[in-house]
Formats: sequence, C-alpha cells, structure tokens
Amino acid sequence: MILSRSIRTAGLAVLLSTTAGLAGQIWVTNEKDDTVSVIDTDSLEVIQTYETGERPRGITFSKDYSRVYICASDSDAVQVMDPETGEILHDLPSGEDPEQFVLHPDDTHLYIANEDDAITTVVNTQTRKVVAQIDVGVEPEGMAVSPDGKIAITTSETTNMAHWIDTETQELFANTLVDSRPRHAEFAKDGTQMWVSSEIGGTLTVFDTATQMEQAKITFEVQGVHPDRVQPVGFEFTKGDKFAFVALGPSNHVAVVNAETFEVEDYILVGRRVWHMAFNADKTQLFTTNGVSGDVTVVDVASRKAVKSIKVGRFPWGAAFRP
Amino acid sequence: MVRNHIIGASLLLAATASGSSGLAEPNLTVGYLRVEVALAPTLSNLDPIPDDIGIAGARTGLKDNQTTGKFLGHEYTLNTQSVPVDGDVLGAAKEMLGASPYLVLDAPAEVLLQIADLPDAEGALLFNTSAGDIALRDDACRVNLLHSLPSDAMRTDALAQVYVQKRWTDLVMITGTAPHDKAYADAMRRSLTKFGLKLSDEKEWDEAADMRRTASQEIPLFTQSFGDYDAMIVADELQDFGRYVLYNTWAARPVTGSEGLSAVTWSPVIEQWGAAQLQSRFADQNNREMRSQDYAAWAALRTLGEAVTRTNSAEAEALRGYIFSDAFELAGFKGRPLTYRDWNGQLRQPIAVVHPRALVAQAPLDGFLHQTNELDSLGLDRPESKCEAFR
Repeated sequence: MILSRSIRTAGLAVLLSTTAGLAGQIWVTNEKDDTVSVIDTDSLEVIQTYETGERPRGITFSKDYSRVYICASDSDAVQVMDPETGEILHDLPSGEDPEQFVLHPDDTHLYIANEDDAITTVVNTQTRKVVAQIDVGVEPEGMAVSPDGKIAITTSETTNMAHWIDTETQELFANTLVDSRPRHAEFAKDGTQMWVSSEIGGTLTVFDTATQMEQAKITFEVQGVHPDRVQPVGFEFTKGDKFAFVALGPSNHVAVVNAETFEVEDYILVGRRVWHMAFNADKTQLFTTNGVSGDVTVVDVASRKAVKSIKVGRFPWGAAFRP
Repeated sequence: MVRNHIIGASLLLAATASGSSGLAEPNLTVGYLRVEVALAPTLSNLDPIPDDIGIAGARTGLKDNQTTGKFLGHEYTLNTQSVPVDGDVLGAAKEMLGASPYLVLDAPAEVLLQIADLPDAEGALLFNTSAGDIALRDDACRVNLLHSLPSDAMRTDALAQVYVQKRWTDLVMITGTAPHDKAYADAMRRSLTKFGLKLSDEKEWDEAADMRRTASQEIPLFTQSFGDYDAMIVADELQDFGRYVLYNTWAARPVTGSEGLSAVTWSPVIEQWGAAQLQSRFADQNNREMRSQDYAAWAALRTLGEAVTRTNSAEAEALRGYIFSDAFELAGFKGRPLTYRDWNGQLRQPIAVVHPRALVAQAPLDGFLHQTNELDSLGLDRPESKCEAFR
C-alpha cells in the first residue's frame, strides 16, 4: 500500500511534466455494462459515459474521427455513434456476434470477425451493405489490415491460425498456424511485418508479410507468475514501431518488447486481466483496459511506469484514441 | 523415427507456407463407443440424462477439427456405436479398432480395461471420457488408455482446497450406498488427509422413505447427531438423495460434495476464459447445455485434432509422441493450457467449483503451490501414482 502510493506520486510528477497541454480522449468499451467511457487524456478522468448495444467490445474511429464504430456483440450489430453527442446514428449489418473489427485504409470497408460463426464479414459503411463473407477458422477474433490496404488478417482462436485475406478478391490466400488461441494481430514496419499474439500459447509470432513465413517468436517470463498465466492478448506499437507494448492478461502485466531485437525489456504491473490498449496523441501515454479490476491503467511510456488507475464500467474491453 | 520427424516437420512448413492443402493429406477417423449401462433408480426424475451425452461433445469437437482441417487439407470422420453392457462389447471394440486406432470410450472402468487389454488395442490411443475411478490412473493404468475426464481425486482435491482456503476444518460426511458413492467418499477421505483435514463424523444414507414428501422431517433428524460443524460433504454420485439435504440440515451449514457446492469437469455456469463461445457453439449444435462428459469427449477429439494439425500426420505413433511432448497444449477454455501427465495419461486441467447458478472458485486455488505445475496439486501427482505402464 505504501509502496503503491509512492509509485503513484512519483508517476504523477512524471505525468504532469510530459503531458501538460495535450488534449485528447480515450474511448473504452465496457463489456458488462453496455456502455462506453470517455477518458480525457489531460485530466485523466472519465468525462462521459454513453450507452451502447449489448456487450460492446471492438471499437474504432473513422479516419476523420466523426464517427465511432462499436461492435455490440450480443446485439449482433456494429453501431455507428456520433462521438460529439453519443447518439447512435444507425446500425451496420455485421453478421452474428461481431467481436472485433478493423477499418480499411479506404475509410469505407469494415472487416469484422464473427466469433460464433467462423466468418469474417466485410461491410461497406457508406452503403451499409455486406460486401463479402469469408469462411475462416473457429472463433475468429484478431483483425488487422496492411497499411496499403491489400491484405486483411483474421486470427481464429480455436483453429489457431492467421488467415490472410486478399482484399481485392475477398478470398483467403494463405493460412498460417500460430500457437494456441491467437487473439490480436497488427501490421508493423510499414506493413512488412505482421504480428500475432497467442493467449494460451503465451507467445507473439512475427511474420514476414511478403512470404508469410515466421520471422521470430517472442516469449515472456514474469517473475512470480506461473508461465501458464502469462497470456498475451492486445498489443500496440510506439512511435516508429520501436517498441511493442503487450497486454499479458491474467498476469496483470504489460510487457515492453524491443521490436528490433524481439527481446522483452520490461514488465509493467497494471490492473487485473489486462486486455487491450490505446495510446494518446503523441504516444507518451498508454491506456490499458483491465477487465477484472474494472479500470484503466495509465502508463507513462518514457519511464515505463503505471501512473494512475481510472475507474470505468464493468469489464472494460476495447480502447481507441480520439483527438 | 528421426527421419520421419524431419519429413513431418518439413511437410508442415510446406502446408502452412503455401496455405494450400500440402502434399500429404491425413485423414483421421475416430471411433466413439458407448457401452450402455442400466441407470440406477433415483428418487427424483427432475434431471433426465440426455440420450446423446458424451457423443454430442465429440460431435462438437469433430466440427472444430473439421473447420481447422479445411485450411490444411486434413479430414476428420467420427463413427459412433452404442452397445448394451451385456452385448458383444469387445466384438464392437475390435471392429472399431480395425478401422482406426483412435477410440473415444464411454464405459465403466472394468469394461475400459477389457478393451485396453485387447490385442487389437496395442498401440492404439483410447480415451476414457466416463470413468473417474482413481485406480485407472494408479496401479490399474494402461499405456494405451488416456483420460480426458478428471479423476475423482482431482475433483475431491479441488473441494479440499476450498475447505482449506475457507477454513472449514470441521467436516462431516453422508455417503450413499451405491459403489460410486463409496468411491467418491474414499476419494474425499484421501483428499482430506492430503490437505491436512479430518472428518469429525460420518453417516451412511440408507433411508427408504420418499424424500420428495418427507425431507423436511427426515433430514433434520438424520443430521441432528452431527451437532455443530463447518461444512457437510454429501457423497451421492448417483444424484439420488443429495438434493433433499440442502436447506433441510439441522445445523445451518453449507452442503458440498456431490450436491450443493460441487467440483466438476464442466458446467453451464462456466463463462470465463472464452468458455461462453464453446457453450454457445455446443448449445447451437445440440440444443442443450454442455455437461462434464460432453466436455471430456470434446477434449479427446480436440486432443487428436491438435496433434494432427501440428504434426501433419494421422499415424498413432506420431500423434502419441506429440501429445506427450512439451510442444502439446490444448486450449480448453479453462484459462490455462491443458497437457497430459506422462506418468498416467491423465489430462491436466483446472477444476471448476460451482453451484448450479454460478462459478464459485477454480482449482488450483491461489496459494496451493507445486514445484513444477500447480495443476498437479489436483489428483495423483507423479510420486503418488503407482502407475507402471507409462515408465
């Protein structure tokens, strides 16, 4: 208790020095409250809570930040919200049980993982029509799209694969095995690399995008935590893709991975069952969603220290930044 | 052997890199043999046992395997047979073993052993999905018999950990007269000793009265002699009288064991660790909730599927080698990778402690440590098991 308070005080000092004057918001979906919490990145307080459909999970903004898309899993819809008012403008057809999605660089096509149906649905956000449905493995979840928009990725949790989708034809052109329960995927280094986290396998796999061959595998070791409980889920890259910050689920830590050497440099203690995360505008602060403790941990990126916990709704899941 | 491995590995690379069906296309056929046993009569008819118990789980596991196999050019087939216990069980087993060395079994312990000892079963991989008998993981183990269902000892160890954590140290037990009840009581006594606990009193349940009408008069009287205690254990694996004990005991104390707070392989109330997805997939496919035996059959199919996926082979020796290697891990929706104990073929797994409406705890509980794997604080650990066949 004494220790945690002293860390918090030290952290706050760091925080004040690095973030003064930067405005922005972090939007967090609360899976068991059917709400989103809006956090001000300046005051580090929840400034708004908006109601959503049932079981909100994936969340992302349109390129101009005028729309926010929310996967309302149990409502079987992707909801489109006006972030100025919190008003739900309309629903998009999403297929059943949409869990996670990614917005194509064309700002129009959403690639949606339908967890219960072993399908990836492609929706045009303008016409509000389903463009394609692609058969993938059991329990699709992680979604990514390459910066040039040519490749979309779906990872399937029980099939243990990354499925590579050609966005031109909307067909699979490769399926690569990864360790158990892949959860999240991201392209890195201008799209030349594709990273996948495996929750039960406890690893991150780095693929060479051109050949879809495995380039590296990253493992984790948190002191005092059994390896079975070190479960990588969400991850994000710092400026220039130098470091990856990786949420390690029930180990309650975020790992800092050097994206050049693939070495783990640090472990940061955050809230319980850390799941996804988002950076602020200049990527000096990281906000992690902690499902079990029902809060968001603010991490100072430079010092790699947790500086504050912010109470949000029940079971915070996804996070997205808005300027 | 070594050469085989290298070829297997390179094929796997070829298959995954190209994303095509690869060169070899393993086709895995699994037999599911149910031995029909007459059910003992119980006081209540409230909870009928589904006709497709176990088989439904195997079917869901098969479907999971097929979806994965589709991307790798691997095919999976499930053949099911159901034979009365006094029918030609061994004939059916021989026939199925002729078609495939992979057999998922729903049968009593003694029948499992007869099948495992068939000459036809040498080198086969048999999965016990129905018998919790400790002996099968102990001196009666067979090298070709794996257990995806937890042993009784794993379940009673899970409850014993709860008693320790809650400091329920003064325990009493009521045991039914059926062999399964007695086996459960024996497992519980063993667990209590293991975790430094003791029973302060025990009684056998041999009442003939129809408890549906008289529980509120009979049970207080029956339990009055226990005096005060911390928790009651009911050994009633047939689900006969236990349900009438709850809320009718003389002392207002929790009821645990086969009834009330129970340690189970699987339960509809498990929703964490992605389990909600398996539950809804199962319910969509089978129009009912998933039970422990369904889970054990699902895990058996998924064990084989995972081994085929990773080895690109359907050869029994290759699959067995992989299943017992460090590389094997089954994502079983229990929050940790599941693996097999190489001393008795038991699938290591967390055990859910539940009541009918919610998950209460998941064993191993925090603080129950182990030198290699906390999951081995449940059931027969390497030094405890007298199994020789795996050495």
